[in-house]
Amino acid sequence: EFRRFSLERSKPGKFEEFYGLLQHVHKIPNVDVLVGYTDIHGDLLPINNDDNYHKAVSTANPLLRIFIQRKEDADYSAFGTDTMTRKKNVLSNVLRPDNHKKKPHIVISMPQDFRPVSSIIDVDILPETHRRVRLYKYGTDKPLGFYIRDGSSVRVTPHGLEKVPGIFISRLVPGGLAQSTGLLAVNDEVLEVNGIEVSGKSLDQVTDMMIANSRNLIITVRPANQRNNVVRNSRTSGSSGQSTESSLPSSTPNILANFLQGEEESDEEDIIIEDSGEPQQIPKATPTSESLESLTQTELLHESTQNGFLPSSEMNLNHSAGSMSMEYEVQDPDHKSLEEDGTIITL
Amino acid sequence: MRRFLRPGHDPVRERLKRDLFQFNKTVEHGFPHQPSALGYSPFLRLMAIGTRSGAIKLYGAPGVEFMGLHEENNTVMQIHFIPDQCQLVTLLDDNSLHLWSLKQHGGASELREEHRFTLKGPPGSPPSATQITAVLPHSSREVLYLGTESGNIFVVELPSFRVLEDRTITSEAVLQRVPEDYSNRRSCELVEALREHPKNPDQILIGYSRGLIVLWDLQNNKVTHHFLGSQQLENLYWQRDGSKFVSCHYDGSYTQWPVSSDNRQPEPLENLVPYGPFPCKAISKIYWQTTKNGLPYIIFQGGMPRASYGDRHSISVVHGSQQTAFDFTSRVIDFFVIFSSEPTAEFDDPSAMVVLAEEELVVIDLKTAGWPAVHPPYLASLHCSAITCSHHVSNIPLKLWERIISAGSKQNIHYSSMPWPIDGGTNIAPDPPQRDLLLTGHEDGTVRFWDASGVCLHLLYKLSTVRVFLTDADPNDNMNTLGEDEWPPLRKVGTFDPYSDDPRLGIQKIYLCKYSGYLAVAGTAGQVLVMELNDEDAEHVVDHAEADLLQDQEGYRWKGHEKLKTRDGPVRFEAGFQPFVLVQCQPPAVVTSLALHSEWKLVAFGTSHGFGLFDHQQKRPVFVKCTLHPSDQLALEGPLSRVKSLKKSLRQSFRRIRRSRVSSRKRRGGVGNASEVQEANAKFDQDALQEMELAPVQRKIEARSAEDSFTGFVRTLYFADTFLRDSSRHCPSLWAGTNGGTVYAFCLRVPPAERRMDEPVRAEQAKEIQLMHRAPVVGILVLDGRSTPLPEPLEVAHDLSKSPDMQGSHQLLVVSEEQFKVFTLPKVSSKLKLKLTALEGCRVRKVTVANFGSCKTDDYSENDLAVLTNLGDIQIISLPFLKLQIRYPCIRKEDVSGIASCVFTKYGQGFYLISPSEFERFSLSTKWLVEPRCIVDMPEITSNNHVHKKSGMENAVRKS
Repeated sequence: EFRRFSLERSKPGKFEEFYGLLQHVHKIPNVDVLVGYTDIHGDLLPINNDDNYHKAVSTANPLLRIFIQRKEDADYSAFGTDTMTRKKNVLSNVLRPDNHKKKPHIVISMPQDFRPVSSIIDVDILPETHRRVRLYKYGTDKPLGFYIRDGSSVRVTPHGLEKVPGIFISRLVPGGLAQSTGLLAVNDEVLEVNGIEVSGKSLDQVTDMMIANSRNLIITVRPANQRNNVVRNSRTSGSSGQSTESSLPSSTPNILANFLQGEEESDEEDIIIEDSGEPQQIPKATPTSESLESLTQTELLHESTQNGFLPSSEMNLNHSAGSMSMEYEVQDPDHKSLEEDGTIITL
Repeated sequence: MRRFLRPGHDPVRERLKRDLFQFNKTVEHGFPHQPSALGYSPFLRLMAIGTRSGAIKLYGAPGVEFMGLHEENNTVMQIHFIPDQCQLVTLLDDNSLHLWSLKQHGGASELREEHRFTLKGPPGSPPSATQITAVLPHSSREVLYLGTESGNIFVVELPSFRVLEDRTITSEAVLQRVPEDYSNRRSCELVEALREHPKNPDQILIGYSRGLIVLWDLQNNKVTHHFLGSQQLENLYWQRDGSKFVSCHYDGSYTQWPVSSDNRQPEPLENLVPYGPFPCKAISKIYWQTTKNGLPYIIFQGGMPRASYGDRHSISVVHGSQQTAFDFTSRVIDFFVIFSSEPTAEFDDPSAMVVLAEEELVVIDLKTAGWPAVHPPYLASLHCSAITCSHHVSNIPLKLWERIISAGSKQNIHYSSMPWPIDGGTNIAPDPPQRDLLLTGHEDGTVRFWDASGVCLHLLYKLSTVRVFLTDADPNDNMNTLGEDEWPPLRKVGTFDPYSDDPRLGIQKIYLCKYSGYLAVAGTAGQVLVMELNDEDAEHVVDHAEADLLQDQEGYRWKGHEKLKTRDGPVRFEAGFQPFVLVQCQPPAVVTSLALHSEWKLVAFGTSHGFGLFDHQQKRPVFVKCTLHPSDQLALEGPLSRVKSLKKSLRQSFRRIRRSRVSSRKRRGGVGNASEVQEANAKFDQDALQEMELAPVQRKIEARSAEDSFTGFVRTLYFADTFLRDSSRHCPSLWAGTNGGTVYAFCLRVPPAERRMDEPVRAEQAKEIQLMHRAPVVGILVLDGRSTPLPEPLEVAHDLSKSPDMQGSHQLLVVSEEQFKVFTLPKVSSKLKLKLTALEGCRVRKVTVANFGSCKTDDYSENDLAVLTNLGDIQIISLPFLKLQIRYPCIRKEDVSGIASCVFTKYGQGFYLISPSEFERFSLSTKWLVEPRCIVDMPEITSNNHVHKKSGMENAVRKS
């Protein structure tokens, strides 16, 4: 269906307001949509932040054609250069997405959907033989997917080389998060879990620590394959891997702790279901941490989308169930969507 | 986050912590695991028990006990007290000798090892030359005679253990004047027994294993008498006047020999096979005790007819025409007889026989007709039936205490009224500050009530839940009711009976309300019993209800055990706790959590399928809630499915074999030996475990999800009167925590007392909290406006606690295996948390609120959390700020059963099993410390006794 409305070109406002306006105009207050426009070259380009929104408004001559698709059945491939000319009509693609089934495109989602799945962090403070990997688990079905085992490694100590017990990655589950990232490999030695050294800890202890941190797992490893290391300093520094083994920079734990502190506030938010039947995140009683305030605007944006993320149908379901608490059954899909919601982290 | 890791730097708090917390392992309760040796000093009136792990424990009057541990951890083979000394010598299985002594230090006696010694032969001699088989501490207290495998007897000086080589009694010297035909037939072989002449310290009797016995004169270094025994010798015993002695033999016979100055080669006076004529087992030890009336007491171990009773562990007492063969359920390690030790007394006049069996201590009163057993004040066999759970209740009101004791005394009428005969030493510990009860649940469906106030863990009362149910085994079927004319006259003694008739009867959870006397117990087959204390016998019907925790879930098939069948009609109960309500969970899975509110008259129970609430006043169910995840197949099917329970099923199948073997033995009265079977069983278990260890050790790292197994398993239940819905009105509530990290809160409406019977109790779900980390919830607690944990039901009514602060806002503490988390109430928002697993890799196994008082000032005390982790550490965590105060290593992390058995008290003490039969008691508090404190004096210096006592008391007061 088509709608036509006017905007003040000189004061376009923010993208959010515009998005709200669109939802209002189309009477779809709780449906997530993708917004696109055709530029002067006939390309379909996305509108999803203030910048490209402003750009779009400025290019309108005088009409701005905007395309709206439901997020669920969005066809991301429609966006891009020459999209308008390549196909006769974008709308036909949108309406009949099965056309693409023969040649499935690799779906690369919209920039706002980009979320970190893994990262290498702290490269500036770690010795180059070490790698600190962060895995983000979004309550998706994709497993973390790795196993650890006991083993022994050789360390350089003041008394010379010494064999010490260590923890190693023993197996990667095909298709799991750990394997997909390519950052962890079999026989990598695990040195730390979320800033806590594992030396002196048993396999079971380390397992428990990893599982307890599984929603935001940061493991420092010494990769078994050291050939792919980036040589950061000039070779003259000559820091061989093993010499730094036992002497991580002392500041590391603190730095890590500091940045974990910020993490703390968002990594685990329990779900509370009041007798009204409305599930919600447990709010913080006292927003103590300053780190919250330092979060960027993008994060705020995300939060607003989070709130709007609750699909209305499920909301209704909860309402109806809540009136009779005795027979109330928690619907699992609810939980899942909420979990996903709760762990979105932006740094 | 880091702030919890760093120790606080507040010096005031640090000082206060020193006044509040202190870790001590104070005393071991129960029966020593695998005892291996027994000793007794008639002079000190102390008994010593050695174990296979090298421990040595001394016991005297109740409260007098000492413990020592040999560094080598080798089996203690023999224990000998040095006559008239506070010293004893132990022989270990590595052939080392150890001298221990009791010395006074700081006003109390302590047991210390003084010297150790290993006998060395000349170079090149075989090890058997110095392998010690018999030890005789001489009455001169200066030397030890050591009989060896080679037949030589070495003499060592005390306390230096210097070998006096010139005094060695060689087998050659002994054999010099033995008739040739005798000595040719038998070489000396090993020295079986060494006995000093009761009247003449210069003569010792030497018994060799092949049967030769000689009387050796120490002054002249020569044999004075030869006694040519024809049977393999087991042991020797002197009669009191030294005119005769008795030898006992491998063939089940004993022989009496006269000792007179004229006859150098006497013939036996009497040779008897008491349980002949068919071949008999060896008599390994014998006592011959004289009495005023002339009839001796002959007491001997073993000697049973080999074919039909060879498997019995018996000790026979013969006194004139009276004869009883006491039949023990486990192997007899050793025994001794307590008799008049006054040198001036003319007769032995035995008063009691003390028997150390492998699993229990049995004392028989020989003075009272019928020879009843004496109820031991300590060394209780905690494991008569395997312990399945325990529950501790502090500070029992006197009234309830007396009623329990009175109920227990009615059960103990068959015990002797004789005062405890082993009464050496003086207990100088201060009186226990309060009356504490430890309740243990057992595999056979019994609950035992122990007096845990002081050093001696003492059985007060035993409750059996079996009567409520119909089981295969008829309780009246007593295998030991033998006819009058039965021979041998066996009589079963002791309480150790490890064989459970029906494992479903096992007790899993116990809750006792000390104010009302209500007791709730729950078991393996989903049975929940609510009981009331009744001082009289009574016959009544037990109200019976079923709780369907699945609530019509489809596609369900329970593959576990069936529920227990109940008895129809009234059941007769003896005085004590009598059940009046039985709730059976359906499916009959093991009850995993239990809570009782005696004021509201409600009992809540949970299993792996859900939980329920029952009104035991109106005797009707209030509600049930299924917590099961539909995909949780493991919980659905029951305990015996899939690989997870492989080890368990192996053990169970073996237990079945064991049981069937035992029953077959019972039927045929034939082969098999319980201890052997047990050993085999232990070995089998071990092998199975080892096999598992061999599998490649790797661990999967995966976030927990809602689909994991046993997420619905209800781990904890908690009643609280708090603000659940809004901050203006508080109401009764029930909280439940599951294995999957879910907390359910139900708002309860309990009618006021006057309409309690008329209106139903109502419940409505008010909240559900899903912890994101999904770790099992092991504890739930509500803190009042002053951040004090809510009092127990009826505690305020009995003026034993301040009423909770209902003005300030309440807080909810949820303890999962991984985190401690405080939430606000009524709006649940997270306030603070302490992550344990994420930081330390350990998990919470047990958690309790404990009250810690300062040892410096009487008016300061605080509540903290006492936490035991899966690594065996104990941590104390402050309330309400969740700061780690202190950490102590307590249990080895490999000791899984020890960690699982741990129970904390309300005042910072605790118990855990160090073996199936022993509790270790520990204390985290500076104020509440129950430990043995006693003095053993040399009886000669009794004049000093009160001085020591006084200083001891002062010490005790200072400590308390």
